[in-house]
Amino acid sequence: MTIELKGASKQVRGITHIKPTSLVMKTGHFNVLLGQTGSGKTSLIKLMAGLDPLASGQILFDGEDVSKLSTQKRNISLVHQFFVNYPHMNVFDNIASPLRVAGMAKSEIEGRVQEAADILQLGPMLNRRPQELSGGQQQRCALARAIAKESRAVFLDEPLANLDYKLREELREQLPELFAGRGAVVVYATSEPEEALLLGGETALMNDGVVTQFGPTAEIYREPATLAAARVFSDPPINAAEITKTGDQAKLRTGVSWALQGAAAQLPDGPYTVAIRPHHVLPVQNGPDDVALNGIVQVTELSGSESSAHFQMGSDGWVSLSSGVHPYQVGEDHQFFMDANQAFYFAPDGRLVA
Amino acid sequence: MAKITLSNLRHSYLPNPSGPADYALKEIDLDWKDGGAYALLGPSGCGKSTLLNIISGLLVPSQGRILFDDKDVTDLPPDQRNIAQVFQFPVIYDTMTVRENLAFPLRNRGVAEAKVAQRVAEIAAMLEVEEMLDTRAAHLSPDNKQKISMGRGLVRDDVNVVMFDEPLTVIDPHLKWKLRSKLKELHQRVKATMIYVTHDQTEALTFADQVVVMQEGEIVQIGTPVELFERPQHTFVGHFIGSPGMNILPAVVEGGHVTFCGHRVPVEGKVTGSGGVTQLGVRPEFVSLAETGIPARLRKVSDVGRHAVVETVVGDTAVKAVIEGELPEQGAEVHLVFQEDQTRLYRDGWIATEVAS
Amino acid sequence: MKTENQRAWFFVLPVLLLVAFNALIPIMTVVNYSVQETFGNNVFFWQGLDWFEQILRSDRFHAALGRQFMFTGLILAIEIPLGIIVALSMPRKGFWVPVCLVTMALPMLIPWNVVGSMWNIFTLPKIGLLGYFMNDVLGVNYDMTQQPISAWVTIIIMDVWHWTSLVVLLSYAGLVSIPDAYYQAAKIDGASPWKVFRYIQLPKMKTVLTIAVLLRFMDSFNIYTEPFVLTGGGPGNSTTLLSIDLVKIALGQFDLGPAAAMSLIYFAITLLVSWLFYTLMTKDDAQ
Repeated sequence: MTIELKGASKQVRGITHIKPTSLVMKTGHFNVLLGQTGSGKTSLIKLMAGLDPLASGQILFDGEDVSKLSTQKRNISLVHQFFVNYPHMNVFDNIASPLRVAGMAKSEIEGRVQEAADILQLGPMLNRRPQELSGGQQQRCALARAIAKESRAVFLDEPLANLDYKLREELREQLPELFAGRGAVVVYATSEPEEALLLGGETALMNDGVVTQFGPTAEIYREPATLAAARVFSDPPINAAEITKTGDQAKLRTGVSWALQGAAAQLPDGPYTVAIRPHHVLPVQNGPDDVALNGIVQVTELSGSESSAHFQMGSDGWVSLSSGVHPYQVGEDHQFFMDANQAFYFAPDGRLVA
Repeated sequence: MAKITLSNLRHSYLPNPSGPADYALKEIDLDWKDGGAYALLGPSGCGKSTLLNIISGLLVPSQGRILFDDKDVTDLPPDQRNIAQVFQFPVIYDTMTVRENLAFPLRNRGVAEAKVAQRVAEIAAMLEVEEMLDTRAAHLSPDNKQKISMGRGLVRDDVNVVMFDEPLTVIDPHLKWKLRSKLKELHQRVKATMIYVTHDQTEALTFADQVVVMQEGEIVQIGTPVELFERPQHTFVGHFIGSPGMNILPAVVEGGHVTFCGHRVPVEGKVTGSGGVTQLGVRPEFVSLAETGIPARLRKVSDVGRHAVVETVVGDTAVKAVIEGELPEQGAEVHLVFQEDQTRLYRDGWIATEVAS
Repeated sequence: MKTENQRAWFFVLPVLLLVAFNALIPIMTVVNYSVQETFGNNVFFWQGLDWFEQILRSDRFHAALGRQFMFTGLILAIEIPLGIIVALSMPRKGFWVPVCLVTMALPMLIPWNVVGSMWNIFTLPKIGLLGYFMNDVLGVNYDMTQQPISAWVTIIIMDVWHWTSLVVLLSYAGLVSIPDAYYQAAKIDGASPWKVFRYIQLPKMKTVLTIAVLLRFMDSFNIYTEPFVLTGGGPGNSTTLLSIDLVKIALGQFDLGPAAAMSLIYFAITLLVSWLFYTLMTKDDAQ
């Protein structure tokens, strides 16, 4: 099974919500839509689900044009950020409802519901109503309905956003296994870079209604095509600063400079933007080529296994993220070391050049 | 600003509680220093919000006392406790401007206008909301609304404590980070006693100097983020803090030695106590792959960019490890090594090893 | 985000047809009458805008319109604040909530003409409980069949009794939707009860209050049955409101042309004032 978008776009009253988009999503792994709130993830899902009409282009399921088909006829499942269940039905009936609509035999319905409920550990709760369940159980019920239906495509729109973080962690771990080998194309929308990485598969980065990059998740993380893509795919935010390149030297506005290596050294002279992830800016020197950055520590954060420091260097704010505990003093002058070999270089128009 | 003491606190929502199960809070004793940043961390229903409401005076405890600077405030209503609270959803006076919102708590207390103007200006500068002072608060984005709610708490200089009840719930994920930093910065600047309630470990550990971990109405551990991470006193803390959480593995203790699936595992120090259910606790960060060690099979590798989380299986027990550098193939046979000084034994959930001196 | 779907029009179609049948066609008929003169037998003479001019210049119309605005103004000035006060004093949770709600709803369940008759009997001197009490116990000269003031007091009290509940129920719905956190925050901010009302409760009730004002305006401006049953427009013409006057012209005198013109003017005034209310009350939100 595949979902193919051919120049699909969406407009509402003349305002473009999704610019013409072409991509192919396959079964066998998660297809993650990663972008901030308002970047168009939900809009794109609604287009594919047939809840909104296309302004242009086509949507193909397995090569068959479904652009004109209603949601009901596309055979899809949708799990929403909020827990959507039928409040007047118990868990069993909730899971069984799409199967009953499809006119499936009673015995088969029972088998499928039981199977889905077992996978999601809802077995003992089949007779309860949604309001008697915890948030995690309610969302598992919605997921079970999607699984039992055996649809061609499953759209998960930030399904874990409203759960406690430990529950989120557990369900996130189970999700890829739940849908493995079911043949459906799974599309998962999230705003958290770490979630995209943990789910693996392929990722489409979204920004302002445009899919800026699509490909294997880890690959995109390692090679963001644009500065915007790099920003979307970094938490804490990626450090970005303007540099001027002269010869093989890169120079920050503050005067700090370093020698460029490899492809970066071959670029024509001029202004660029250097971007480096916070975990490559450390409070200790690791290699001889590390670039020393002196900044004033503004804020420090500690999260058990990692410490981060936000420091101000000239007019730019930088973030360092290191493992272990590092005692920073707010307001102190501190030296950080940037592993320049891990840096990305972007042209003034935002394209990755090295 | 004040020191806060909770003594022998218990609370039940039932009129006649009979057993411990009827209590939403069971025996809380706490001492909080003046000017500290504290977090109450735990899953939904662990009693953290109950505790918060008791401190703020919205709820009267069934038993026990609350002292601010050794003064008993248990029976005082919220407005006489000189506290400030920021709620889960931003509370804004819609019809007022941002400036009027910030001035509201001061004007209600009859503070002179000159002083009001000065405090509002200071707080607005701190929150970086100066340019929106004259807009109607109803038109702000959720994160700015939440900033204004915080501002109303901070504008009074006589507050004993500022409390935050999951204040980042409605904030967009990419803005949470900024607001979290802002909060931390505010605390470092105003030095007020602050209590932050959340179920999110990152928020708690980032914000607080001391974190109180709660489970089912009880405090399981109080400690700095480092202590909670490195030496959890209870398996619940190990599991709840850290992502992924601590590996909690079945263990057998014989003659002072600990074995896991038939393999002898060195632990941090002397094993204490006897009997009970024994488990081994080691964080994924302290499990490494090596040439020799406990044989395991690699089940799953998740590359999260700055490191990888791998799931291995020993017998039929899953053990997770966080590794950096070269990644082995899925399905590979590997050997696990637990870092000795970070491996601990738990008995009935509570820690049962001593730190080697 | 709204879903755009052309098929939605099919679902609206029946409503459009229904509106066409029960509103547009009758209105067009009225428009037709308003520009013609008829002496029966379906014989019509073109009259142009004469009827409109006649009505707009007539003292009788001005007087009725004045009485109408006075009535509506008075009942709005009483019912809206009273409704809010009652809603504020109702319990928010517990056993008494359903009891209060049902009690509040009771007057609204009584048919209009019954309300009129009830108050008629209730207030008649000698017979009615209120009439007897006022005249014979308190010694106040009270007879709404004879004195215009008594008649006015009675129709106002009757309307307040009948319809304040609507304002109460709407305000109450607005009040219970305010999250507890607002009250808690206000407590912590040291706000007085008046400030809680002014800055939390009133703003949060605004939407429902807009609806309440609009409904009460339209209903009271078009009121007919209750005052007609109670006073018949009297004594004299003192309580002849617009609708009562209209019926007198149309059915009493059978002046169909002027009556049609008058009802169109009446309709236009109702529409204009409703629009004014709505625009004024929602002005702040549109910024």
